[in-house]
Amino acid sequence: MNTTNSQTSSYSDYWKRPHFIKRAWLRWLLMVGFAIYLALALGTMDIDWERAWEGLPRGQRFIQAFFPPNFADNRGVVFDGIMESIWMAISATIFGIILSIPIGLGAARNLSPAWVYFLCRGIIASSRSFPEIIMAIFAVKLFGFGPFAGFVALSIGTIGFFAKLLAEDIEVMNASQAEAVKVTGSSWFQWINYAIQPQVMPRMIGLAMYRLDINFRESAVIGIVGGGGIGATLNTSFSRYEFDTTAAILIIIIVIVMVLEYISGYLRKWVQ
Amino acid sequence: MPIIETKDGPLWKRRTLKQSLARLFWWTVGLIVAAIAWKLISDKTHWYFVQSAPKEASDIVSRMMPPDWSYMDKLWLPVWETINIATLGTLIAMLISIPVAFMAARNTTPHPLVRAFALFITVTSRSVNSLIWALILVFILGPGVLAGTIAIGLRSIGGFSKLLYEAIEEINPVQVEAIEATGASRLQQIVYAIVPQVLPTFVGVGVFRWDINVRGSTILGLVGAGGIGLQLSGSINTLAWTQVSMILLVILLTVIISEWISAKVRGAII
Repeated sequence: MNTTNSQTSSYSDYWKRPHFIKRAWLRWLLMVGFAIYLALALGTMDIDWERAWEGLPRGQRFIQAFFPPNFADNRGVVFDGIMESIWMAISATIFGIILSIPIGLGAARNLSPAWVYFLCRGIIASSRSFPEIIMAIFAVKLFGFGPFAGFVALSIGTIGFFAKLLAEDIEVMNASQAEAVKVTGSSWFQWINYAIQPQVMPRMIGLAMYRLDINFRESAVIGIVGGGGIGATLNTSFSRYEFDTTAAILIIIIVIVMVLEYISGYLRKWVQ
Repeated sequence: MPIIETKDGPLWKRRTLKQSLARLFWWTVGLIVAAIAWKLISDKTHWYFVQSAPKEASDIVSRMMPPDWSYMDKLWLPVWETINIATLGTLIAMLISIPVAFMAARNTTPHPLVRAFALFITVTSRSVNSLIWALILVFILGPGVLAGTIAIGLRSIGGFSKLLYEAIEEINPVQVEAIEATGASRLQQIVYAIVPQVLPTFVGVGVFRWDINVRGSTILGLVGAGGIGLQLSGSINTLAWTQVSMILLVILLTVIISEWISAKVRGAII
């Protein structure tokens, strides 16, 4: 901008917001590419609008059938299912975290030799490879119907989640604290206990609560493939067209998740 | 961190007695809970079936080998559908989340009651798994991709709005004040002061969510909501194990590629 001209007209009095993607060609490429993809995706969606249209009054009746939620009629089965889900989620979280700690320590680049690192990263990657529900299908095949299959599937899922985040948290920790403890001549376990554990603990407690929350929500669907918990009850209530019971179950799930979220918020404040 | 004076000099301890006792108490509670949980699960387990698991596992693996490569011809369309379900579902969720997040953030909400309502939407959407949403929607809309897309969308609203409204609450208020001082309306303040601050988060979360949704949409077919899960449940039910292993391989590749793309894009944004 030329200062001599700025008092006259050449200084633009029109301002435009800068674009999010600054390179114009990239912006246009992304936009055009996305538009083409969207057109293709919508074109091959093969939506049966007639069926959807017919479903609308059905959906209305269906949603009406949800109200009022019926907590009374099947309360025994629902209570058992919820309890099974809760215990399944708790034990899978605890067991998963116990397994995650050594794996997470091994998968932290700044703690472990290369071969341990790659071994542990491999375990994490393979336990993250499939959604919990696919794990559950195979667990049911191997261990039979019931909560044990769900427990195994959720534990594997917990390892992939918890060990990965633990390893990443250890990798970004403050190295000077670890060094300070090390120069006192501490043993390896003392080093982990006094230098590393205090640094990662607050976040890990929060994550443990979050994982409990995830495990509980997952346990609600694992029953659909036979893995125990409230999902089986939910599925049965669905196929028996007892939608008022379905609504009751969904409300109970939502309330439990809200309570868990509240507890974890409180716990995290208390830990820090 | 207490220091105890002894006759040999001061002694450093990590915790006070009270802290140690509190920790002991919580550990005991934790152990009791774990023991109860384990007892309840083990009571409902047929250990006979568990014992046969290794044999069963090697049996299934031997039946799965080698994967049925020729089945791939029939999998291209389901994979394409799976990705579309994830992408379109994410887009729906993004569009709906924007107003919900602005209603839920403390600094932009028009009224505390509106905020409570928005938070309720957020929790409801997050609590119900996409598979359950799909179960409900297949009933209303019929089996197919549409039910899956909407299920993914409904499930994602919660996670999206939560991260987005937290980002809105954490913005730098000085910029909003600066825009307000120019005499901008409330809407202009949002567009010129808040949106530029949260846009990177918004896009980052969108890509992150897309990756999660690709994983999620691979299984929606189990309840008939389209995507590759339909093939998976079909092949499992007909005990076509070589096809199952092929499908698992394809799911694995899809998940890895989507995770890689998501990580690259987020790396470019941040």
